[in-house]
This record gives sequence, C-alpha cells and structure tokens, in this order.
Amino acid sequence: MAAIKFSLNGKAQTVDVVPQMPLLWVLRDTIGLTGTKFGCGMALCGACTVHLNGQPVRSCVTPISSVAGKNIITIEGLSPDASHPVQRAWIEEDVPQCGYCQSGQIMTAVALLNKAANPTDADIDEALRGNICRCGTYQSIRRAVHLAAKYHAAANGTPATRAAGGAE
Amino acid sequence: MNTTTQKIDRRSFLKAGVASTGGLLLGFYLPDRIKLAAQTVATDAKLNAFVHIGSDDSVTLFLHKSEMGQGVVTSLSQLLGEELECDWKKIRTQFAGVDMAYGPLQGTFGSMSIRTSWDPLRKAGASAREMLVQAAAQKWGVDPSQCHAQNNEVVNTATSARLSYGSLADAAAKLPVPAKVTLKDPKQFHLIGTSPKRLDTPSKVNGQAVFGIDAKVPGMLYAVVARCPVFGGKVASFDAAKAKAVPGVKQVVQISRGVAVVADNTWSAMEGRRALQIQFDEGPNADASSASIRKTFMDMAEKPGAVARTQGDAAAALAGATKKIEAVYEVPYLSHAPMEPMNCAADVRADGCDVWTSTQIQTSAHGTAVKITGLPPQKVKIHTLYLGGGFGRRGGDDFVGEAVEISKAIGGPVKLTWSREDDMQHDLYRPASYARFAGGLDAEGWPVAWTTRIACPPFGGMRNGVDFTGVQGVSDIQYAIPNIQIEYHAPQVGIPVTYWRSVGYSQNCFFTESFVDELAAAGGKDPFEFRRSLLAKSPRYLAVLELVADKAGWSKPLPSGRFRGIAVVNNIGSFNAQVAEVSVTKGKLRVHRVVCAVDCGQVINPAIVEQQIQSGIVYGLSAALKDAITIDRGRVQQSNFHEYDVLRIDEMPVVEVHIVPSQNPPGGIGEASTPSVVPAVTNAVFAATGKRIRKLPIRPEDLA
Repeated sequence: MAAIKFSLNGKAQTVDVVPQMPLLWVLRDTIGLTGTKFGCGMALCGACTVHLNGQPVRSCVTPISSVAGKNIITIEGLSPDASHPVQRAWIEEDVPQCGYCQSGQIMTAVALLNKAANPTDADIDEALRGNICRCGTYQSIRRAVHLAAKYHAAANGTPATRAAGGAE
Repeated sequence: MNTTTQKIDRRSFLKAGVASTGGLLLGFYLPDRIKLAAQTVATDAKLNAFVHIGSDDSVTLFLHKSEMGQGVVTSLSQLLGEELECDWKKIRTQFAGVDMAYGPLQGTFGSMSIRTSWDPLRKAGASAREMLVQAAAQKWGVDPSQCHAQNNEVVNTATSARLSYGSLADAAAKLPVPAKVTLKDPKQFHLIGTSPKRLDTPSKVNGQAVFGIDAKVPGMLYAVVARCPVFGGKVASFDAAKAKAVPGVKQVVQISRGVAVVADNTWSAMEGRRALQIQFDEGPNADASSASIRKTFMDMAEKPGAVARTQGDAAAALAGATKKIEAVYEVPYLSHAPMEPMNCAADVRADGCDVWTSTQIQTSAHGTAVKITGLPPQKVKIHTLYLGGGFGRRGGDDFVGEAVEISKAIGGPVKLTWSREDDMQHDLYRPASYARFAGGLDAEGWPVAWTTRIACPPFGGMRNGVDFTGVQGVSDIQYAIPNIQIEYHAPQVGIPVTYWRSVGYSQNCFFTESFVDELAAAGGKDPFEFRRSLLAKSPRYLAVLELVADKAGWSKPLPSGRFRGIAVVNNIGSFNAQVAEVSVTKGKLRVHRVVCAVDCGQVINPAIVEQQIQSGIVYGLSAALKDAITIDRGRVQQSNFHEYDVLRIDEMPVVEVHIVPSQNPPGGIGEASTPSVVPAVTNAVFAATGKRIRKLPIRPEDLA
C-alpha cells in the first residue's frame, strides 16, 4: 500500500491502495464514483472508459500506480449539469436504453470530438467500435455524435460543414 | 474516501432508504425535480399502489416493472399520466417494492409490461384522478360532475376556480377508492401515442443512474464467488490461507454454489479468488461436450416425438407430393451477455433482510431471500435498481441467492459482483436446438405437407411431453398448408437454460422462415409472394408483409452486389416483417440495411417502439453473425467478449422502422424484432450465394 496522488475531475485526490489495483475499482469502490462501469475487465467492451490526460483509456486495465500525477476525468466530471455538448446531444437523441454502456460511449465520443471536430460516420465507427452496446443504440449514437459536433461548432463559432445523420 | 457513505449509520440509512415507500428512492435526476426533492419536506399521500401525490404538488409514480432499457419508466408513466391528468414535468418515478397490489408474480418478462399494464395502470391513474376531483368537489361544495382535472389541478368548470393536486392530496387519500372508473376514448389521448423524451435519459448521461452493481450500503463488503466450472459440480475442498493473505481480503466462506471471497473492495475479492486453492467434484456432466450433446439431439430426432401439433395427414401427403424437400437446422447455446454482469447487494440481519439488485422478477428474488434467511416475508425487502440489460437472464435468482447466503454467513451487508467470465460461464443459456424439416409441394409448387421434429432442452413448461417454448415459432405457423405434423423431444443434457430475448422464437423463427424460403425456392416462387399467398387469410400478417415489401422496394432492382431476404413472425402479440439487404464480398458478409414493419397494436410511445425494434435487430444479428456457446469437458469454452463477440457499431446496418397504425390492444415490443432479422439475413445470403444457411452462427465457409 502506498499513497497515490492524482487529479480527479479537477480536484486533488489521494488514495491508499495496492499499486496494481485498476483505476476502475479505485473509482467505484474506494472513492465511490460509480458512473464508470465494469463490463469485462479486459479492455474488450469500453464500459469503463475514462480520460487520462485527455486520452480515452480503459480504467479496468489501468493500474492505479500508472495514474499518479495524472489528470483523470470521469463521466461525473464531464460537466456539473449535463451541459457538455455530447451529453446534450445524447439527451436530445434519447440515446440510452438500459444505459449501462453509455458512460463509456460518451467518454469515447468526447475524446473523438476533441480530436476531430467534425467526424464522419467512418471516424465514429473507428473510434467507437471498441464500445459494446447490447441494447443496440449504435444508430442513435452516430446521430448524437454528429449533433454534438454541431453543438460544439455552434459554441465555438465554427459551423459544421458536413451534414449530420446517414449511416453510410 | 467514500466518507460520506461511511459516516451514515447503517440503520438510519436503511430507514431513510425505505421510508414509507418500500423502495429505494432513486431520484431519476431531472434537474428541476432534484431541486424540488431536495428543498421540500413534502408529505406524500398514497392514492393507490401506483400513485402518490406530494403536498408540494409532486407526482410520484410507483412502477412495478423493471427498467432494463425497454423504456417502461417512460411508457408506464404515460399510461398513468394519461388518465391522472398530471403535469408530465412533475412526475417522479420510483421502482416499487414487492407487494401483492402488483400481482402474485411481480416481474418483467415476455414483453408483457404494456400488455398487462394497459388496463390496470390507466384505471389506477383514473381512480386517483377521480379521488382528487371528489376532494375538490367537497371543498367547493359542488357535485364532482361540475369539476374536471387538468394539468395537476382540479378545475371548477362553472367558476374556473382551481385547486392544485398537492393541496388536495391528503383529503383525496382519505376518500374511498372509486368502484368503477371511466377510461378515456382513445381520441382524447394526449400522452398515449406520443413520444415524450425518456424520463431515464438525463440520469444515464451523467453517471447518476443507479444500477444494481452500483448499490452502496454503509459498511458493506465486496464479494466474488468461486464456482465449479462444470455444471452440476460442487466444491470438494478448499484452503483459504492464500486467499486470506491477499491485501484487502476479509473472509472466505463456503456457500451452496461455491466459495465466497469477501474483501473491502471488488478487486481484492477477485485477487483473493485467484489465490484461493479449491478442488471440485465435477459431478455427472464432466464429460459433456457440444459434440456429445449434438449427438443426443440427433439420435432423438431420428425417432417420433411427442406431438405438438397435428393437422391432416402429413406423412401421407409427403409421400404423395410431387416434390419433397428435407433439411436439418440447428443453433447453439447462447449467453445473454448483458453489459452489466450479474450482481446483488444483501444485508441480512436478525430482524430483517434488504436486497438491492437488478432483477427481472421481484417475487422470485423475494422468495429466494425469504427461504434462505428464514425470515417472515414482510421482513424481506427487495429494492429494484436499474438493470444494465436483462434479456431474460435477470429472471434468474441465482445471484440473489448467493448474495443473501454470503451476507447471512458474514453477518453484515455485502455486494456480490460477477466477473464477465462468471457471467458467461455460469449463465442460464438459450438452449441449443436441432430440428429436422420436411416439406412436400404439389405440381404447381404449392406446399401440401410440412413436418418438423425438434430436439431442444425444455426451458418453458412441459405439457403432454411438449415444452411449449421449445416448439413456439414452429407449432403455431399460420401458413395455409393442409397437412402439418410438429413433434418434440426433450433432451436433458445438464446445461442450465432459460429465456433469452424472444424465447423459442429466437431459434424457431430462423428455422421456420428459412424452410419456408426453401419451399418457395423449390416451387419456383418469389419469397414475398409465396408468403403472401399462404397468409392470405391472416390480415395482420399480410399488412406487415406488404408494408415491408413496399418500404424495402421489394419489386425494384437492387444495386449490383446487393441481395434481399424477407421473413415474418407473430410473437408476443405483435406482427413483425423484415427485409434485410446484404452483400457477400470475398467471403465476407455485410448487412447494409434492415427494413422492418411492425404491428404492435395501439402504440404508447412510437420513439420507444422504434428503439426496441432497432435493439432487437442488433441482438438478433449478434446471434446470426457471431455468437455460440460451446461446451467441452462439461465447461463453457467462451469466457469474455474476445471469444463471444457481439455486434459493434461499425457493423450496424441502417435500420428503418415502419409502424402499422392500429387500434387493437397493445402487443409486446421488446422481443418483437429479434426473431425475424435472423432468417431475413440468411435468406438474403441464399439470394446472394445460392447457399442455404442451416446452422448458426454463419461461418465464413458457409459463404464461400
């Protein structure tokens, strides 16, 4: 056991756990932030996706020791009031069904939009193919990512040029 | 860390959590309502088992069904709200505890939530409204007929005076429940048939929705269970020393299903289980394999079985047919693989037991906890949390039993979590099935005889030697064929089975609709026209077939390299026809587009219907293209998503949903589209390659 310090959703956080404990379980069990979900434990499904220094990572295979000194953003830290463009788009498109995978879908989509302000369907498929949804919300996810790109562009004053929608 | 929950005393938490309601308040997070809930100390008046009105004018709807994605939080609220005439924005919902007021079998399965709630929930809404109107009439000293309800208020029609529901709630709750209520004419509906946004969406985009796996009970420990990998096996011996040496591990206890490792976090419990030394007595199934199971099925299917349906003389008609077509179809076991692995939190005390879980069947979870604890039924509370997918799996109570046993053994609250491997290797599976088909055509290419003999482990209910779930989707075919014989065998092979989205239709619709296609091809008929002719006397079948053919452009040519297949099914009280468009390029199958026509009677929420159709199609496509659970040495060979992959976003076809307008009573929707997408795709593969897919999942060699 050793104290590990990192930034969690913009606040300093210290945990005293075994160094190999995955970030997922530190978040869920030690800290009590359960928005990040356990789905497979092997980086196969994407339900546990969080941002580490802005990059999407699978928290189920990220040892807490590797997080020391880094910035972690979870679904709870995306916005204080569900106002992030991706969250707004998810609400507008009513994307979730059971909702269990959606924290991971949203965190992956946010990372995609940070990298590509106006992604194509192919970009979306590439970025999100690691995130399983058993309820089959994929078509809504594609629509919502395009809509989030529009919201983003509107907020930044740069209109999205490509039309949203259309799966192929 | 976790200090806020640690500081709360366990007893006061339990009292607060279940205060007056019998359920854990979830707060479905709608920003303006959160404020409402936080700022007021409103009293709640219970008008009936479904409707509580707060003195702050809030409306709390108690939902007796589980939300697993199918939208009941919203659609059941629409049924109640339509008659209650409440303000949609003031609705809060809460999952109800176990109560006979919700029926003797409280659960969510068979796509029955709307079908079984359509009348009672509208009546509950209307009854509560009538009581509020009565209370207002008494205050005003007028006859209730001079008042009407509107948007959370009762209005005095003559004077336009208004009283809020909140101000009337206490008085209304003291009135007798009306013996009879009049329900609205559908023409007056303002909520039913519309698509308000889902009430559960806001909490599902910010991490606030509480699923079973998120349950937190002050002082709780975390557990995993080591189980015998062979079905029917048991623990022979174990040595806990190494497990207990793992940091964080608190206790190791034996329960009936295995050995539980209990720790101060889930990860340590998993590490402890890894270190646990355990030997199993593998029992009678230790030699079972997919090959041995298949041989059992095949041998049985050689012989006559119990008769599920007989009509005319199929044997004689087959013998006299101009053309005879025979085929064998088979499907593997399937895992449900919901995104949320099984889990359950339990707190067994001398004076009571609380269970927090994502269950599909509350009464079964309750019964299991009562049996294990030995407590009086009223001392056992089931708190239903959101389900991270159900698909039939959460109708089981095995995970509830395990958690209750562990809590009882350690004398404190505990949360049991299954790993994905536990989930996949200790599921209750969709059974494998093996079916022999024969069909006879007359000289014009029309069918005169149809026979099917199925060997499928029973998973629904046996009657006269027939498991109705094993044959549903075959025994109930409506095609106008004069001679039909359907037989069934019930192999017992030791693999635990249960319902899987769409139950028997999940495999039998694939069999039936493929074989119908075979008959059409053998008779030189167009697959759509063939079905249309044979279903000419079934108007609801015809309507979906004709709509889907129209919307898919069945009669129009496709772009080069694209091919179509069609299939239709009538299950869960609904009718569903689909056309799939596929391409097969260099041995690779791609599903590009699926057009679906559905008649599910009166629609409550069209947007949710569309979601469920898309959802069921994705679920069916995973089974068609990817999934199989196989058995070796009595064990499941697949362990996680790398060995049991499911459909991903880059494989998602465009799905178009067309709803047949209907005034018929509502049908089901959650399982409507899973069956027919599979044969729609395999029939399209036949159109593309000339090869008939008779075994799932589709393998590359089936396409070459």
